[in-house]
Amino acid sequence: MPLIEITDIHKRFGAVEVLKGVSLALEKGEIVAVIGRSGSGKSTLLRCVNGLEKVQSGRIVVDGIHVTAPGADLNLLRQRAGMVFQSYNLFPHLTVERNVTLALKLVRKMEPSAAREVARQVVARVGLADKLLAYPDELSGGQQQRVAIARSLAMQPTLMLFDEITSALDPELVGEVLRVLEGVAGEGMTMMLVTHEMNFAKNVADRVIFMHEGRIHEDGPAREILLEPRTAELRSFLNAVLH
Amino acid sequence: MIREFSEADIAYLLLATRWTVLLALVAMIGGGLLGIVVAVLRVVQFRPANWLAIGYINLIQGTPLLGQLFVFFFGLPLFGLSVDAWTAAALSLSIYASAFFGEIWRGSLQSVSPRQWEAGASLGLTYAQRLFYVVLPQAVRISVAPTVGFLVQLVKNTSLTALIGFVELTRASQIISGATFAPLPVYLTAAAIYFVICFSLSQLSHMLERRLHAAH
Ligand SMILES: Nc1ncnc2c1ncn2[C@@H]1O[C@H](COP(=O)(O)OP(=O)(O)OP(=O)(O)O)[C@@H](O)[C@H]1O
Ligand SMILES: [Mg+2]
Repeated sequence: MPLIEITDIHKRFGAVEVLKGVSLALEKGEIVAVIGRSGSGKSTLLRCVNGLEKVQSGRIVVDGIHVTAPGADLNLLRQRAGMVFQSYNLFPHLTVERNVTLALKLVRKMEPSAAREVARQVVARVGLADKLLAYPDELSGGQQQRVAIARSLAMQPTLMLFDEITSALDPELVGEVLRVLEGVAGEGMTMMLVTHEMNFAKNVADRVIFMHEGRIHEDGPAREILLEPRTAELRSFLNAVLH
Repeated sequence: MIREFSEADIAYLLLATRWTVLLALVAMIGGGLLGIVVAVLRVVQFRPANWLAIGYINLIQGTPLLGQLFVFFFGLPLFGLSVDAWTAAALSLSIYASAFFGEIWRGSLQSVSPRQWEAGASLGLTYAQRLFYVVLPQAVRISVAPTVGFLVQLVKNTSLTALIGFVELTRASQIISGATFAPLPVYLTAAAIYFVICFSLSQLSHMLERRLHAAH
């Protein structure tokens, strides 16, 4: 059974239909890069997966949880499906350590000392062991984004959603965040990531999905999709981002 | 009988200052509690409640405090409710404060980015947990400066209650000035006392802002 199963979802904002019948299945351990033009519905698709957006029709099942069913346990779903955003969204009033321990204590009901130990480990894993007691505004964008990844990892999700997590960063900070992502990918995490980093998609993703006007326009193995695009739309998109 | 402005007068002014401080405190607490209600009514998903809150806020913010004081002091007795100066002062200042606190706090709450709510949600936090652990602490930090700023106004506005005969710092100054015919030293002393209170409040505000680390 796939870990994520999306069946014919439709999503409208007011009168505008943003997702026009998207179906997609992701196996455990699969890494899927979602590419496409601005406004093609990439973020919306990702946000539907963890229930931040509601669909008008269609079905989403994630790790056995029926996201689209009425009364779905979204808080449980979100423990299993971690999400990292373009704008980091760390809690500015909490230190790095407490950013990580907050949900461990409140959601996982961990003892403070156990939560701190987890925080120490995940923060070290993203290379910021010396920043545990820093506040977000004392960190660079790249460091903040690494903490956001660590915060998500600490919950031990079964899959992770990344929405253009390097797009807000200065170019020289992109590398450090991508290296952390590669590390996470290397450990077998199931990942769905919206990205404009085509090289990263080619090297790290198993599969690439090209979204166009609210539909999945191409879907296949990463290298095949990126090196031998079948449709004119994908060719012109790749031309635009690569040159 | 005219006498010199003496240490005894200064002591009298300081004693009257107790009432200024007490009145400001009562208005802060009463207005604070009522202000929370106003803020909540202003944001709940129920139109009539929103209209009620907006009407209340506009009425209170759009009329002079002195007028409100008079309404309570001279108006309530017309309905057979006898009120002394203290009660009228405490009531009207609390109501006055509630309209301002309500708006300050609503604004602070709404100025926390929706992304913070989403970040909390994405970690599996419940709505209440998002509110209490993520959004409120940031809203409090944002609200410190405007809240204390309004408190400073409130302290100074307690002086209006002198006009209904409540003996706080300003009324006490009038009394002593009348007895000594030395208005300048008397009112300068009163001004210095007001300044010390208000300046301390601002310092407190700066300190709090530093302590409550949050987004700028
Ligand atoms: N909350 C919202 N309310 C109204 N319209 C929205 C909302 N969120 C997204 N949209 C619209 O839906 C469409 C798809 O948006 P989405 O954010 O999914 O695109 P995207 O592919 O992620 O684009 P980008 O590369 O710019 O991030 C856009 O036209 C956008 O304006
Ligand atoms: Mg997007």
